[in-house]
Amino acid sequence: MRQYFFDTADYINSLIEGGEVYTAFLSGEDSDFCRLNGGRIRQAGSVKQNELSLRLINGARHASATLSLTGNKASDQSELSSIVRELREQLAELPDDPYLLYATEVSSSDSMRVSELPDSRETVAQIVTKSKGLDLVGIFASGSIYRGFANSLGQRNWYACHPFNFDFSLYLRADKAVKTGYAGFSWADSAFDAKLHAAREQLEILKLTPKTIKPGKYRVYLSPSALNEVTDMLSWNGFGLKSHKTKQTSLLRMIEAGASMHESVSLLENTAGGLAPDFSSLGYRRPAHVQLIERGQYKDCLVSPRSAKEFGVSTNGASEAESPQSLEMASGSINLAEVPDVLGDGVYINNLWYLNYSDQSACRMTGLTRFASFWVEGGKIEQPLNVMRFDESAIRMLGDNLIGLTKEREMIMSSHTYGQRSVSSVHLPGAVVKDFSFTL
Amino acid sequence: MQLEWSRMQQARIDLVKKLFKQTVPAVDFASIRYHSDRDDQIAVRQGVLEPLRTVQDEGVMVTVHHRGGVGYAATSELTESGVRAAFERAVAWAERLGKSAVTNFSRIDMPHHRGEFKSPVRKPWEAMGLKAKVELLTDACNRLKRGSEIVDWAAELWHMRTDRLYLTNGGGEIFQTFDRMVPSLAVTANRGPETVTRTFGRMALCRQQGFEILIESGFNAASERIADEALELLAAPNCPEGKMDLLLAPDQMVLQIHESIGHPLELDRILGDERNYAGTSFVTMDMFGKFQYGSPLLNVTFDPSRPEQAASYAFDDEGRPAERQFIIKDGILLRPLGATVSETRADYDGVASARADSWRRPAIDRMSNLNVEPGKEFFDDMVESVENGIYMQTNCSWSIDDSRNKFQFGCERAQLIENGKLTKVVKKPNYRGISASFWRSLKAVGNSSTLEVLGTPNCGKGEPNQAITVGHASPPCLFANVDVFGGE
Repeated sequence: MRQYFFDTADYINSLIEGGEVYTAFLSGEDSDFCRLNGGRIRQAGSVKQNELSLRLINGARHASATLSLTGNKASDQSELSSIVRELREQLAELPDDPYLLYATEVSSSDSMRVSELPDSRETVAQIVTKSKGLDLVGIFASGSIYRGFANSLGQRNWYACHPFNFDFSLYLRADKAVKTGYAGFSWADSAFDAKLHAAREQLEILKLTPKTIKPGKYRVYLSPSALNEVTDMLSWNGFGLKSHKTKQTSLLRMIEAGASMHESVSLLENTAGGLAPDFSSLGYRRPAHVQLIERGQYKDCLVSPRSAKEFGVSTNGASEAESPQSLEMASGSINLAEVPDVLGDGVYINNLWYLNYSDQSACRMTGLTRFASFWVEGGKIEQPLNVMRFDESAIRMLGDNLIGLTKEREMIMSSHTYGQRSVSSVHLPGAVVKDFSFTL
Repeated sequence: MQLEWSRMQQARIDLVKKLFKQTVPAVDFASIRYHSDRDDQIAVRQGVLEPLRTVQDEGVMVTVHHRGGVGYAATSELTESGVRAAFERAVAWAERLGKSAVTNFSRIDMPHHRGEFKSPVRKPWEAMGLKAKVELLTDACNRLKRGSEIVDWAAELWHMRTDRLYLTNGGGEIFQTFDRMVPSLAVTANRGPETVTRTFGRMALCRQQGFEILIESGFNAASERIADEALELLAAPNCPEGKMDLLLAPDQMVLQIHESIGHPLELDRILGDERNYAGTSFVTMDMFGKFQYGSPLLNVTFDPSRPEQAASYAFDDEGRPAERQFIIKDGILLRPLGATVSETRADYDGVASARADSWRRPAIDRMSNLNVEPGKEFFDDMVESVENGIYMQTNCSWSIDDSRNKFQFGCERAQLIENGKLTKVVKKPNYRGISASFWRSLKAVGNSSTLEVLGTPNCGKGEPNQAITVGHASPPCLFANVDVFGGE
């Protein structure tokens, strides 16, 4: 695909005229998906797609279009010719864009990994065999993911990775289940067996009589997966320059009212340590790190080229949404094995679900416990917990009410597949929090 | 009546038919679903035109049922070799894993109908040139800036056109074309550590219409109103906490129907397919035909026949003819939202609700149009009937558990109802409850004069994930004794 993309870029070069500039961004995949329910196959298939976003720029005017490349040279070239003509016609009707900014310094790169993926159908057949007798539900996704950038200034960037992500749950009954997953680049039977074994062990605890707690304030442990749901909400609009300048950031009280998080909380957009490529759809190279929160204080924003121009600062290559793609939280000092002791009496939350803001300015969010969450008493896991709703400020959660973070962190590769498979990831510790409000 | 198709559409229909004929394998069931989508988004923010977004997307999804198994493959390569390769991949999936399928797919009686459908658009997207569209939005945007405390403001039009051709190896041939428009306005006001946003349309106003939606929905006159409301909210007190009667406007009913009736009744959730992602359901198969889902005032239809509604169609994405059905009648739960495959697995009558969001994804059970049927009350009479209550408008926050029981929703704006009158405006209104007990507290339903036809373009579900358009028409509804609270 790399050569096909670069050849396509050369062809687009031949279509532009006079002072026109183009940028092209390719987002593609050749993926296998298999959906399982009850350890059996519900839907299985393959998706091959290559989406090309083409922007035509002339002076301060620009217009863009996205199309699906077919891989058939004649057909794609014909489509591109007509799209360039359409964009050129649009440019004539458009006003100058005062916030247009695109990479003019050529910075090419090549990042390619060799695929170590096994045959998906055989892997799924193994999963079916190993999950006999278990109520396993989930999605197996595997295959190549591509990103490419090219412009008429001669810049060429390529990124290819070949991950798999088996995101699954083992159900005991009704809503009592253990959620887990196995993701990586090279499938190892022993690693999958270990994941399955650990999930089966937790399933045993779920057989105990579940406990319903009354609404109120509790000590809780948020596993890295649960904390991921919280940071995912913060990533929605918390760290972008535009949301800060227009006062829509959920971290507004850290910016305007002197609120801070606990000094052990440091958050980093760690492009160097994540899965996502280090170039943006407009050709900017991303720095290795952007420090978002340092020792509890807000530090830097993610800045897209458009925001950079609008607010008169430099871009750090952020996407248009100005959301982190490789978020990392510094580790703490609590040993994972000691979490129940530190918790004492409280709730061990493995997963949270369906978070949303109940008061965005105050960074207060609501959501629910999901899958295997447990009641802990005297430092010992006692019973599974029935679903509880929480409503709590994330600034309090990670600020005054934070007891500590775990030494161990977990790298979580996103299993999201809206439109295409995601290349986002997070690297997070777990968190022990006091006075966490359950409401229903 | 034979509908008219453009030369371009006819050429693609002919091409896909030819490719299907050339490549269809000898299996129990085979289909090809062709999509040609064009999305245009034009937005003006703070008086400046945002980058135009145009997406042209074309491809096919092939599906086979073979030796008891199921397989699919999606490709944008519309050539004989491209489609043949897709069928080979689909067949390989079905062959290798057929014995491990959730059901014997070869025994499912898939539909093979012929027909067509076209959105009833009166003023199409092309009726207005680009400059005129930008001028319209610039005007709407500029009218949002009504004070120094307004810190962000924007107006947007989103148009989606989709052509779909569905062919089966049993002679099925369906061509449908959909035009949808989503107009929206958003205005944000700030004072120190407090920010409020007021919107119009956005994620709740999506219809199969052209520019007539702007007149019919009140878009052209909405800018000043929502800007003034944002400023009013900035100065308003927080919503009080307590149990009170709750009157929900149609633009919040959309969300209430969607989350606490629509999703729990999707048959694939009840069958467990969604348990790893979107969740399960508190509804079980034994409840159909007898469960008291809501008060006797609650009547809910699956209605793909309302012409302008977002998810109207003649056939679903598995080729089944769509027809209006009562899902809940007089409060009693009647049938699930399950299409041909789920219906066969569950052995219970469903509806034509198999839908896919693009050529990249297989069809799954969806809501389509799910509507609360009008009752008998005028809006003013419902307000007058309340001694201590609150009127909430426009959803801005949604959260519900994986069994679709414990929900908490937030709205942009609320007004207290005191002794039968709308009084003080309050900000950051939220309410929470449990689905079935909430619907059983329904005490009044607005009449047909209060009904609004709304919908959202972004309902997420499925593995791999899909975001799809759904429609919800509803009058305002009054609920008794609801747990209400505000912000910090």
